[in-house]
Amino acid sequence: MAKKLSRGVAVVGVGMSKFGVFPEKTSRDLFVEAFQELRQSVQKGFDPKDIEAFYMGNFTSDCFENQAHLAPIVASWVGISPVESTRIEDACASGGVALRQGVLAIASGEVDVVLVGGLEKMTDLPGAKVTDALALAADSLFEIPAGFTFPGFYAAMATAYLDRYKADPDALLRVGIKNHENGGLNEKAQFNQSIKDVMISKQRKAAQKGLPIPEWADEMAFLKDPKSNPMIAWPLRLFDCSPVSDGAAAVLLVSEELAAKFTDEPIFVVGSGQASDGALAERASLSEVPAAAKASKHAYEMAGLTPDDIDFAEVHDCFTIAEIMAIEDLGFFPRGEGWKAAMNGQTARDGSHPINTSGGLKSKGHPVGASGVGQVVEVWKQMHGLAGERQLRGNLRHALTHNVGGTGQTCVVHIFEKRN
Amino acid sequence: MTDHALHSKAFHEAIAEDLLIGSRCLVCGNISIPQRQICPNCHSDKVERIETNGKGTLAAFTVIYVPPTSMAEAGYNAKNPYCVGIVALEAGPRISAQIVGLDLNDPATIKIGMPLKQTFVVRGEGESAKKFLAFEPA
Repeated sequence: MAKKLSRGVAVVGVGMSKFGVFPEKTSRDLFVEAFQELRQSVQKGFDPKDIEAFYMGNFTSDCFENQAHLAPIVASWVGISPVESTRIEDACASGGVALRQGVLAIASGEVDVVLVGGLEKMTDLPGAKVTDALALAADSLFEIPAGFTFPGFYAAMATAYLDRYKADPDALLRVGIKNHENGGLNEKAQFNQSIKDVMISKQRKAAQKGLPIPEWADEMAFLKDPKSNPMIAWPLRLFDCSPVSDGAAAVLLVSEELAAKFTDEPIFVVGSGQASDGALAERASLSEVPAAAKASKHAYEMAGLTPDDIDFAEVHDCFTIAEIMAIEDLGFFPRGEGWKAAMNGQTARDGSHPINTSGGLKSKGHPVGASGVGQVVEVWKQMHGLAGERQLRGNLRHALTHNVGGTGQTCVVHIFEKRN
Repeated sequence: MTDHALHSKAFHEAIAEDLLIGSRCLVCGNISIPQRQICPNCHSDKVERIETNGKGTLAAFTVIYVPPTSMAEAGYNAKNPYCVGIVALEAGPRISAQIVGLDLNDPATIKIGMPLKQTFVVRGEGESAKKFLAFEPA
């Protein structure tokens, strides 16, 4: 049975840069943007001098920016040196794990005010080098020599899932359509466009160039057209994959007893769980992610909550199949039912289980080290009624974030609670 | 004591000799492929090296149209894709490997559960030529 945190931890402010492609900016510039937005978001203000520790998620600035040892540099750039500053690397779960380390540091009683960050600057490298850098998250001795890429791993899980449950592969495309619909309403999203908007802009571009204007009956027809949506790794196509992104996000955590000094509307971290696993081939089942189920079970137990208590969730949809497996791993739907939920709209904003109202990694973008922290920004916005056109209705009391590294070698889950 | 022949690179050294190796725990009988120095089931280090027959079935697969640099250098691209899969070995464990000898024009014809047998493929030329584990239809 998971223990409760030794003392309560509150989120009192959040910020993020826009996610996208920013050739003129480095990761530290993007983090400055996130940090400045965070400062604005703290209702009663705060002095950066109050920060006692900084945990920063980043996968591989070594490859992307030829820069290791990034945490103290970023700390200096936002003026918080000599605060202890630590870079956390767990591939695409780096941000979520940094959040967990911040939560545990406060719960331990050692510190009261922690800055959690996540950042990645991926787009300076050519596409093939980005693929190679991301592949570092897999087993270089026994997975990479087989010829796997990351789209390839998730594609293989998709074939196992579709075969096991005799699922309709159109469910994958439905995840993409839904997340682009949400991302189209998020001004911070890299693809701030619904699939319909993408179709119209492709037609406009063709007209401007004097080329034949492509026509599609609907979004599904567009997504099944190999010209507009080429196959990357069967059965996953371009629009099944999250993009290569630049971006940063930041969260300010404080001990529960200090929260009122910062804001009258904190949200509390009531559950936190993390688990690991070996290479994909070693797992008992290839159509689920066992570490995600284990991490969420721990977080639910800590929070004293069940999946039914969760009002909405941000899940790690690095590929469309990942969202379908996630909503089963997290207990929102029974095994083998996730694809049906994607098909019939249950995960849409007006569905029974809204998933990835931000647009998810798919549409919002996936600057890998920032993604797990960016998820908390959406939780904050939804819980404070700040989500604009994508705002969920009703009193949102509990939300969950789910962040995955690699194919599920690292999974980290957090549960948040609003009490007023 | 750990057998030197079980170090993590031994797997690829065996592949170079057309052998697929693993390990068997002398305490609980658990089989690992690739080999392990410590049994992941009972944590004993009393493990022995085994050779396996390389027979199995296809558990999951993909056909890759956008290859990593290493596979692009071996000649693969969107017009010349390759299949990679996870094979459930008769010996018990599963393993990742390239799957050759399939018609890749329509990946929907590739069936999970199809019987496979081990083979070996060479990628690269001259001094950079290297042998890799692969599987083909049995």
